[in-house]
Amino acid sequence: MSAPAAASRRRSSPWRAFLRDREGMSGLIVLTLFGLVAIFASLLADPAGLEVTKADGPLAAAPSWDYPLGTDHAGRSVLTMVIHGSQVTLLVGLAATVISMLLGTLIGIASGHFSGLFGGALNRFTEWFLVIPYLPLAIVLATVFPPDVPKLIAVIIVIGVTSWSGTARLVRAQTMAIEARPYLERARALGGGHWHQMSRHVLPNVMPLVLANTTLTVSIAIIAETTLSFLGLGDPLRVSWGRVLDEAYALGAIDRGAWWWVLGPGVAVVLVVRAFNMCGRALERILDPRLEGRS
Amino acid sequence: MTGPSSGAGAVTRRPSRLPSPLFVLRKLGSALLMLAFVVVVNFFLFRVLPGDPAKAFAPRGRNADPEALRELRERLGLNDHWTVAFGKYVESVLSGDLGVSFSQHAEVTDVIMERLWPTVLLSGTALVIAAVLGVWLGARAGWRQGSRFDKLSSNAAVTFYSMPEWLLGLVLLVFLNRYGIFPTRGMNDPRSTLPAWLDVLWHMVLPVTVLAVVYVAEYSLIMRSSILDERRADYLTTARAKGLRDDLVMRRHAMPNALLPSMTLFFLSMGFVVAGAITVETVFSWPGLGRLTYDALRGPDIPLLQGLFLVFSAGVIIMNLVADLLMPVLDPRVRAS
Repeated sequence: MSAPAAASRRRSSPWRAFLRDREGMSGLIVLTLFGLVAIFASLLADPAGLEVTKADGPLAAAPSWDYPLGTDHAGRSVLTMVIHGSQVTLLVGLAATVISMLLGTLIGIASGHFSGLFGGALNRFTEWFLVIPYLPLAIVLATVFPPDVPKLIAVIIVIGVTSWSGTARLVRAQTMAIEARPYLERARALGGGHWHQMSRHVLPNVMPLVLANTTLTVSIAIIAETTLSFLGLGDPLRVSWGRVLDEAYALGAIDRGAWWWVLGPGVAVVLVVRAFNMCGRALERILDPRLEGRS
Repeated sequence: MTGPSSGAGAVTRRPSRLPSPLFVLRKLGSALLMLAFVVVVNFFLFRVLPGDPAKAFAPRGRNADPEALRELRERLGLNDHWTVAFGKYVESVLSGDLGVSFSQHAEVTDVIMERLWPTVLLSGTALVIAAVLGVWLGARAGWRQGSRFDKLSSNAAVTFYSMPEWLLGLVLLVFLNRYGIFPTRGMNDPRSTLPAWLDVLWHMVLPVTVLAVVYVAEYSLIMRSSILDERRADYLTTARAKGLRDDLVMRRHAMPNALLPSMTLFFLSMGFVVAGAITVETVFSWPGLGRLTYDALRGPDIPLLQGLFLVFSAGVIIMNLVADLLMPVLDPRVRAS
């Protein structure tokens, strides 16, 4: 009938708008490329090249035909490390974002929906996380995390737990705007419970906002992952871009002037984060008509 | 998000420029509540440390001598019920006693106080430069939206915004180190022939540049979007209709109005300033709280980390409080709402 048709039209038009958005599309293309690199990492570069003992390249050599991004202190190809590092960096970034979005949406809707003590307490909780500087908090959490949990999981949880507050604030404001609308009054009058109101009426309406926010959160999560790895709080057994940079800093890239060692993983970080930001900005433009007319 | 900007037509009920005592008390109370929660988190997080928490607090970790461990357990209140221990902890925090740092062999409070000023100097300088430059760049870009200047500066801003601060520092160092123009480590050089203050200034060049560039990126994006919000406002049309030059319309009319919501966001971004300070001080071995955090992580020196978390959080909470109290004085729109 006409209702589903209208719904599908509404659903397809943001996508078409995104296809027309140059900034968003270039971001998406970059992300697709990096996604493919991460998925097919083992085909693109032999994982044996990650082991210090098996590396056979020249030590800390500038880029050459054989080593397009140069080599590190042990003779490993920086390109191989960047290719394999994309897996951990993207995985941690995406997984932490999932946690962050779930927490942010849940707490945001609940704090907007419930008035009184419970909602107020949740709002205070959100505000606390908004104000407290994320890096010291993440450092503290990572330090006290139970050591029997794999480091990779620990980092994902730490980043997820420290980055949800912005989403929650956004979702809370949106929830309160939605709850003031007549159809929620109708749902309440018909006897819809809290869960029904939140899941059937509020959630579908905050979802677009949450999705646009997701891409921005991924970029924050990736910056956090590289930063924590750089501070030595990442998984010591797995190569990530942050860890390559940490090694470059700790093992003398600066004294050797080995710019390639820093530039390879560094450019990868900036490209991916920027691409996520570009997609996020494009989505915001499309989903928030108030922003129309801005570049 | 900029909240009060929509209340242009609101009538100001209070003629006084000062916020009401009730407002001040409420803000003060909420800041204190946040600080209290930091203390609670600090206490419980480190109490759930796996194994014997005393070992994590002891200088030589698992090999600490039993006598010292027993004493430490007593000091940390691990023999008491947690309510008693918590009481003791709060009491000692209130009296300024944050425990003993074993990596620095000194009271945590003393270590932190000693390292506080280098951080304030570095971050403060970078912040002031970044705020001035960011406002100017963002306003110019937003005012001429779509111009070449706007495209160039917005692109650069988004790129630097996508970059962790320390990465920029690392890139600068790896290219500049061999030329030896600017010092790359520490805050002063005992062999230097320069006067002491000039030597410190000289050492600040690289880290301040790195921090300022990244903060400028963030601030200019905020200011740009704020100017875009104002650009089509009616009072600007009026100002133009009076025959004012475009430049003056921007500087005298649009900018003051766009500046205020931006200021709130500037203060709210203090958390990122702290993150920047920690990582950039690490890269440049700047002897402040950030480098201290990095060094404390090596142990990990738990009492020191606890103290640092408290100080960083307190700093950001105080900055937010200042912003909250300052905004209604500066911006009548906030007063009205």
